[in-house]
Parts: sequence; C-alpha cells; structure tokens
Amino acid sequence: MGKFNVIARLAAAAMVLATSQSFAAGGAALEHANIDPGNIASLQRGARNFMNYCSGCHSAKYVRFSTIGRDLELSDEQLSENLMFNAEKTFETVEVSMPEAAASRWFGVAPPDLSLIGRAKGADYIYSFLKGFYVQPESPTGVDNTVLAGTSMPHVLWELQGFQRAEFSEHTEDGVATRHFEGFETLTEGSLDTEGFDEFVRDTVNFLVYIAEPIRSERRTLGVWVLMYLIFFWIIAVMLKKQIWKDVK
Amino acid sequence: MARTEAEVGERSEGIWGGLVKWIDDRFPMTETLEYHVTKYYAAKSFNWWYVFGVLAFVVLAIQLITGVFLTMNYKPSSEEAFASVEYIMRDVEWGWLIRYLHSTGASFFFIVVYLHMFRAMLYGSYKKPRELIWLIGMLIFFVLMAEAFAGYLLPWGQMSYWGAQVIISLFGAIPVVGDGIVEFIRGDYSISDVTLNRFFALHVIALPLALIGLVFVHIVALHEVGSNNPDGIEIKENKGPDGVPLDGVAFHPYHTSKDLVAILVFLMIFSAVVFFAPEMGGYFLEHANFEPANLRATPEHIAPVWYFTPFYAILRAVPDKLWGFILFGLSVVLPVFLPWLDRSRVRSIRYRGWIYKFALTVFVISFMTLGWLGVQPAEGLYVLLARIFTVLYFAFFLLMPYYTTIDKTKPLPERVVYHG
Repeated sequence: MGKFNVIARLAAAAMVLATSQSFAAGGAALEHANIDPGNIASLQRGARNFMNYCSGCHSAKYVRFSTIGRDLELSDEQLSENLMFNAEKTFETVEVSMPEAAASRWFGVAPPDLSLIGRAKGADYIYSFLKGFYVQPESPTGVDNTVLAGTSMPHVLWELQGFQRAEFSEHTEDGVATRHFEGFETLTEGSLDTEGFDEFVRDTVNFLVYIAEPIRSERRTLGVWVLMYLIFFWIIAVMLKKQIWKDVK
Repeated sequence: MARTEAEVGERSEGIWGGLVKWIDDRFPMTETLEYHVTKYYAAKSFNWWYVFGVLAFVVLAIQLITGVFLTMNYKPSSEEAFASVEYIMRDVEWGWLIRYLHSTGASFFFIVVYLHMFRAMLYGSYKKPRELIWLIGMLIFFVLMAEAFAGYLLPWGQMSYWGAQVIISLFGAIPVVGDGIVEFIRGDYSISDVTLNRFFALHVIALPLALIGLVFVHIVALHEVGSNNPDGIEIKENKGPDGVPLDGVAFHPYHTSKDLVAILVFLMIFSAVVFFAPEMGGYFLEHANFEPANLRATPEHIAPVWYFTPFYAILRAVPDKLWGFILFGLSVVLPVFLPWLDRSRVRSIRYRGWIYKFALTVFVISFMTLGWLGVQPAEGLYVLLARIFTVLYFAFFLLMPYYTTIDKTKPLPERVVYHG
C-alpha cells in the first residue's frame, strides 16, 4: 500500500470519527443507554450479569475483585460467593479460563478484554450492540449484529432476549447501494420481556463503564474540593495583587 | 553588574544576611535574583495576554514533576506498556491523578503556547530587537511538538500506534532518502518495541533536556532586551533619575502577584478538565487509545491529536504527497520568519492600520478552521474549504512584506497607555 493510500484511508477514517458518537459501523443509530453510574444496586446487578454471562469468554484483566467490592459495597464473602468463579483471593483480577489460542481458533478472533471497553466504545455503543443481535442463517453463529456487522460473537443472551429479525431497506444512490436499518421483529420470546431485558443490558453496561474507570466518581468528588480551594486561594491572590499594585499610577 | 562592599554590607545583617553574604562572595545569588526578578522591570501596562509565558512555565513544571512519577511505574516495552498505564490508573496510589495531570498538561501546553505565540503576533513582540527570542521560542515549539509526538506513542494504544505509523510514514514522501529516514526514525521495518524504547528515551531524557535548556536561553534573551508591551514602545527610553524605567514595575512583587491570579484561574480551568472531563470528549484522550495497539487491525478512525490538526489539514488539502509534505513542513516552519516578513514601522496592533488587523483576523480564522477540518472527512466541501484556508494561511505570511509596508500606521505615544 502506497503512503498516500495510508493518508487517504486516514482521511476516510477521520470522516467516520466525526460521526462515530452517534452512529455505528453497521449504520444503525445507537440507542441511548441512560446508565446511572451512581446507582450501586444497578452496578451490583451489572457485576452479577457480567460474571454470569460475559466472564466465561471475556476477561477484565486490569480489574481487581477487591476494587469492585470496595466501590460496589460488597464484602469479601459476598464477592467470593457471588462473583469470584475462578479466583481465590480478592486482590486477583478478573481473568478468563478459556485459553487464548483456543479462543482464537473457535471464534476466529479471541474475545477482547473488557476492562476498558466502556471508555473505548462508550455506553451507547455497548448497549445497542448487546441488543442488536438478529437472526442471520448464513453466519457461522446464526446471528449478525446491527451495530457491528459480521461480529464473531454469538447471541449469548438469547435465553433472556429471545431471537429477533432485522428489517433493512435498500437505497441506491449514485450507483452505491446502502442498507438502512429499519427495526426489529421478534421471532421467539425470551425469559425477560423487552423492558426487563433493557434493564438487564443497562445494568451490565453500567458495570462495564464503571470498571473502565473505577476512580471516576471519586475524582469528581475530589474535583469539587480542589475547585473550592482554588477559588478561595484566588480571592486571596486578587486581594494581594490589589494591595501590591495600589501605588502604581 | 558588580556591587560595592557597602551595598552588600547593607543587607548583610543578622544570621541570614551573613549567609547571603557568604554565598554572594562565592556565587552571584543576589545579583542574579535582582537582575532577573526583583530589579527586572517590565511595563506596568501588561494586559492578560502577557500571562501565557508564565503559564507555559507552570505547565512545563507540571509535566516534569508528573512525568517523573509516571516514569517510576511505566514500562517502555510493547508487551507491558499498555498494562503499566492501566496499573498506574488503577493500582498506583494517586496514579490516576498523576496520569490525568500529565495527559491534560500535554493539551494545555499547546493551548498556552499557541496563545503565547499569538500575543507576540498581536503586539509585534518578535520585531527588532527581539528576533532571537522569537527564534528560540520557535525552536521550543518544534521540540514541544516532537516531545508530544513521542509521548503519545508511550501508552501503546491503538491511536498511539497508528497515529505514529501515519505521521512517521509522512517522511517517506521525501524523494530518494524518504524510506531510509522512515526506517531510521522507527529503528525497524515497522513501529515496534524498538521504536517504543527510543521514543521513551527521547521523551523522558533528550527532548525535556533540550526544552529546559531552550526555555532558559529564551528567558535570558528576553531579560537582555526587556519585555515588549501592548503599545510596542520601549520603556527603557523613559527612565527616571534612578535609572528605572518610568513605566516599568519590578517583576517581583508586581508581575508575580498579577501572575499568581492568572495561575489560579488557569489551574481552575485545568482542574475542571482533570477532574470532570479528562478525556475532553475524545480530544485530549482519544477513545481508540483505550484499546491496546493491534498491529493487525487498523482502527476505523485515525486522527492526530487536536494540536496537530491545523497542519494535518494542510497536508491533506494538497493532492500530491510530496507537495503535501512540503506545504505541511512549511506551514509549521513559516512563522520562524515573521521578524523579517513584517515590515511595519510599529510593533503593536494598536497602532497598525486596518490591513494588518484584517490579515491577522483572517489568519486566526484560517488556523482554527484548519484545526477543525483536520478531524473532518477529506471529501467534497471539506477539501475545498481546506484548500481555501491553506491558501489564506500561506498568504498571511507570504504577502506580509507587502501589506505591512503599505498599511497606514498611527503615531506612537511617548509613554505607555496605562489606566491604573
């Protein structure tokens, strides 16, 4: 590939950057996750969801159980009984038992570590992705995704959500055919109703966003104090400056 | 200037005076302090544009101090770099704060330096006899760009890797030796552990040393000729009987007390970002950089960090890769020649005619628009806009000898304008 091609690709890439906040690569507009990072109960449910449904394949290798316990108000007993399926001590991180080489062979690509997915992709992306699986018989996993077309992730939450079909409309403009996502149609019901499933995904996303930056709420609290201190110091500095400059004519 | 025994004796009272005298006999401590601080006179009419030099110094201090602590826990290895940054963010005591101060400091360094440079353009601070201060300043700017670029590779995220890949490969556009240069910079056939190690060495040793040395020389040169002021006239031409400029006040305590107010306002804005928006919507910390570098997967969106985007937009505006690179380089280097391009008889914008005011406005709009275009798609209207503003950007510099000659200037005042 020539160097200019790299630049041209960059240019094209930069284009997507501008719109990446609201649209995904699959073309579907992202739904708002509306997570509540201050809701400890939601985060606890999210942790439970993550450990039960995600951690079989996905690690969160920078995240320690003890950190989760501290921030989500869980005791060591609660941690080891409910969340630590393959860890002995609370200072351990959330590892995955599946060997990476085998995972690559099974899925084509090893399932990514999810420690930072909340910061890399954002809440809306993950929320829409987890709700965006639809039946696609030609795919090896039997499903595709409206947010990340061609994903190698199977529909892990099928028992909860059921299966759905995606409606697309085709547009041809200037000889370029584009597919536009119109909506879902439920094929089989899951064990949760639509609202219940939305809540389930929302809690999970909330937890993923939390583990991406566990210090987030603490830094905000500290920031208020820092700003109050600076404002106080600033008032004194203004008075000092006036005093020193009062004779300058 | 050597002081007489009597002068030294006056302040040599008590135990501290004794110590000061003891040192002064062996090292020009009091003399240096007076020359650069307590008896360095700068115009009392400084406005708030004059705080950005001090603020740049503050950011430099923040970067140096936080950088030392980051280096204690960072691992410059392609295997461990990404994980060590997360270790700093999660497990090192106050590591998250140190890292955010450093990452936010990088962006604020450019904000402050751009405003500092703009101040010089407003009041003609680069004009005779301050050309050398400007040249040293431009060198500082180039080193700063290299420092920021090297530093951005260190977290070894997707954007670190691919951003560096793209920028380094730009040098490949140079005929004949291009590919050799690219290989020389990387130290490998692609960006690898070798590149990371050398960028680390440059980022924590070579470039900071150069930066500190240049900042020192920048200030020494400034204090030799004295600071400019918003009127662009020499305060040294109106001295009192004691030899002190009538319109000057000592750097300390006058300007330091004023600067302290500015530093606190700056720290409020800086802290607001550090504590409430350290990613700054993906402009200070890019989203893709939260994924580890993956040599096999190009991220969907690659864009340089915001402070490089004006120049990047110029690069993309040119349809030829060699000329794109040349104009890109020129756009960065051209401001070096400002002292000789500007032929106006007056320094300050206050006494210039409408033509320069118009030209400077066009320049500011061009620079900011190019910065915005640098993160937009290079297609359709955006390409056209990038080309128009590239032409305007260059016109500001290249036509300057002409329009500053014909521009009607106003008469200069005898003394600086000061309203107390």
